[in-house]
Amino acid sequence: MTGAALLVLADGRFPAGGYAHSGGMEAAVASRSVHDAASLAAFCRGRLHTAGLTAAGLAAAAAAGHDPLMLDGAADARTPAPAVRAAARRLGRQLLRAARATWPSPDLDLLARSRPQGVHQPVVLGATARTAGLAPLDAARCAAYESAAGPATAAVRLLGLDPLDATALLARIAGEVDDVARAATDAASRVTADGVGALPAASAPLLDIIGERHAARTVRLFAS
Amino acid sequence: MTGTAHLPLTAPAPPGHRPRTGAEEAPVTAPAHPSGTSVHDGRNSPPSGVHATARVRAGHNGRTTTVPLLHSDGPFHLRRLRPRGTRARVGVIGAMSAPLGGDRLALDVVAGPRARLEVTTAAATLALRGPTRAPATYDVRLGVGEGASLNWLPEPLISTRGSTLYQTCTVELAPTARLLLREEQLLGRTAEPPGLLSSRLTVRRDGQPLLDQHARYGEPAPAWDGPAVLGPHRACGQLLAVHPRLRPERRPLLIEDDPATGHAVLVPLPNAPALLVTAIAPTPARLRRLLDTGLAHILAAASGAEAGMVP
Repeated sequence: MTGAALLVLADGRFPAGGYAHSGGMEAAVASRSVHDAASLAAFCRGRLHTAGLTAAGLAAAAAAGHDPLMLDGAADARTPAPAVRAAARRLGRQLLRAARATWPSPDLDLLARSRPQGVHQPVVLGATARTAGLAPLDAARCAAYESAAGPATAAVRLLGLDPLDATALLARIAGEVDDVARAATDAASRVTADGVGALPAASAPLLDIIGERHAARTVRLFAS
Repeated sequence: MTGTAHLPLTAPAPPGHRPRTGAEEAPVTAPAHPSGTSVHDGRNSPPSGVHATARVRAGHNGRTTTVPLLHSDGPFHLRRLRPRGTRARVGVIGAMSAPLGGDRLALDVVAGPRARLEVTTAAATLALRGPTRAPATYDVRLGVGEGASLNWLPEPLISTRGSTLYQTCTVELAPTARLLLREEQLLGRTAEPPGLLSSRLTVRRDGQPLLDQHARYGEPAPAWDGPAVLGPHRACGQLLAVHPRLRPERRPLLIEDDPATGHAVLVPLPNAPALLVTAIAPTPARLRRLLDTGLAHILAAASGAEAGMVP
C-alpha cells in the first residue's frame, strides 16, 4: 500500500466532479440558515456526523472488499431523498470514470458495467481505495473529510467567506473526522458477521429536505 | 426468499425480568415503578430496571383477522379494540411510567399472511431519567406477512431532560405486505431541553433493505440542533407507506417549507412501491398536521388502493 495514493484520491483537484456539488450548502445559504462562520461550522459538523458517518461506513466496507452492489442497495436505503440519491450516483459515476483511468482494474470495470446509471459515490470511493491499495480506514477518512470539506469549500464561494476561515474550520474538526472514520471502520468490520445492517445509517432530516428544495430550483450555482 | 420466512415470529423469549446476581453491588433502592411485576427487588442487584417483551400476533382464519396472541408484559398492557371494518385493532396502554433509564423494553407485533391489523398506543411514550443515567432500550419489531396489512401508529415519543433512550424499530415486510407506519419524536417537554434520543428505523422488504435511518438528537449528539439536522425544530417524524399499488415513479413533493411552520417532504423510495414523509416542526401539533397532509397525498396517490389504509 502506498500512502501517497490517499493524497491523490483525496486531492480536491482529482477530476471527479465534486466541485460542482455543495452538499446542501447552497440551499442552506439561500435560506439564511447558514450565514456566518458559526452556522457554517454547525452545518459542516452536522453533515459530518450524519451523512458523513454513513458515507464513511459504506466506503470502509467497499474498501474491505464487500460486494459493491450490496452496498449500493444499503446506500439507497440510507438515502431516502431522490435528489440526494441522484447526486450521489452522479458523483459515483464521475469518480468511477476518473478512477478507472487512474488505477485500471477489472473490479472497477465490472462495477461500471453492472450499474451504468452509477453507483453511490462512497461505494465507488471504497472500491477505488481498495484498487489503489488503501485500507478501509483510509477510505472512511476520505469520505468523512469530504462530507465536511465539500460544503465548507462551497460556502467560501456562496458567502464570500475568507478561504482561510473555511480551512481553519476543517483543521479544527479534524479530530472529529478521525473519530467518525474510526467508528465507521469499526462498523464496517462487522458487516461479515451482521450484514449491511451493521453499517451506520445516520440521518439528517434537514439535509433531505433542503436537498429536494434545491433540486426544485431552476437557478442554482451547484448541482446539489 | 419468501417474506414470511424471516418474520420475527416464534422466538419465545422469557417473560419479563429476572433479577441477576450482583454480589459486588451495593444494595440500592428500588426504582420508582408503581407496578412491581417486572421490577427487580432492589436488593443485592444493580438497578437494572424493567425487562419486558409484549407480543401481538394476528392471523387470518379464512374469513377474518383474528388475534390469537396478546401477551402483555411489564409496562405494556395490550387491549383488543373494536375492529374497523375488516381490520383488527390493538391498543397498547402504558401501565407504568416507562421507559426509565435501565429499562429493556420490547414489543413484537406480527401480522401473519392476509391479516389486517392496526396497533396504536393510548398515550405518548415518555422517556425519563431512571435511578441512574443508564440508557433505556425500547425495541419495536414488526413483521408483516404475504398479503397482510399492518398499521403501526403510536403516539409520540417524548425525550425528557436527563433521559437516555436507545430506540429501534425493525420491520420485516413480505413482498406483498402493506405497511403504514408513523413515528413522531418530541425533544423535551415544553421549554425543556431533551435527553439523548437515539432512534433507528430499519425496514426490510423481501429481505432487502428498504429504509434505514438513524437519528441521534440531544446532547451529547454533535450538531443535532444545527442547520444540517434539525435547526430550531424540536418535533420530528416520519410516515412510511408501503403498498403494492403505490407508484414508485412519483416525483418528490415539498409539502411545507417554512421555518415558522415546519418542513416536510414526500419522497418515493427506490426499488419499491413505498412513499416516505419526513417532517420537522416547531410544535407537536404542527408536526402532526404535516404528517396528516402527507398521508392525504399518499392516499390520493394510492387512489382506491385500499380504503382501510386510512388510520
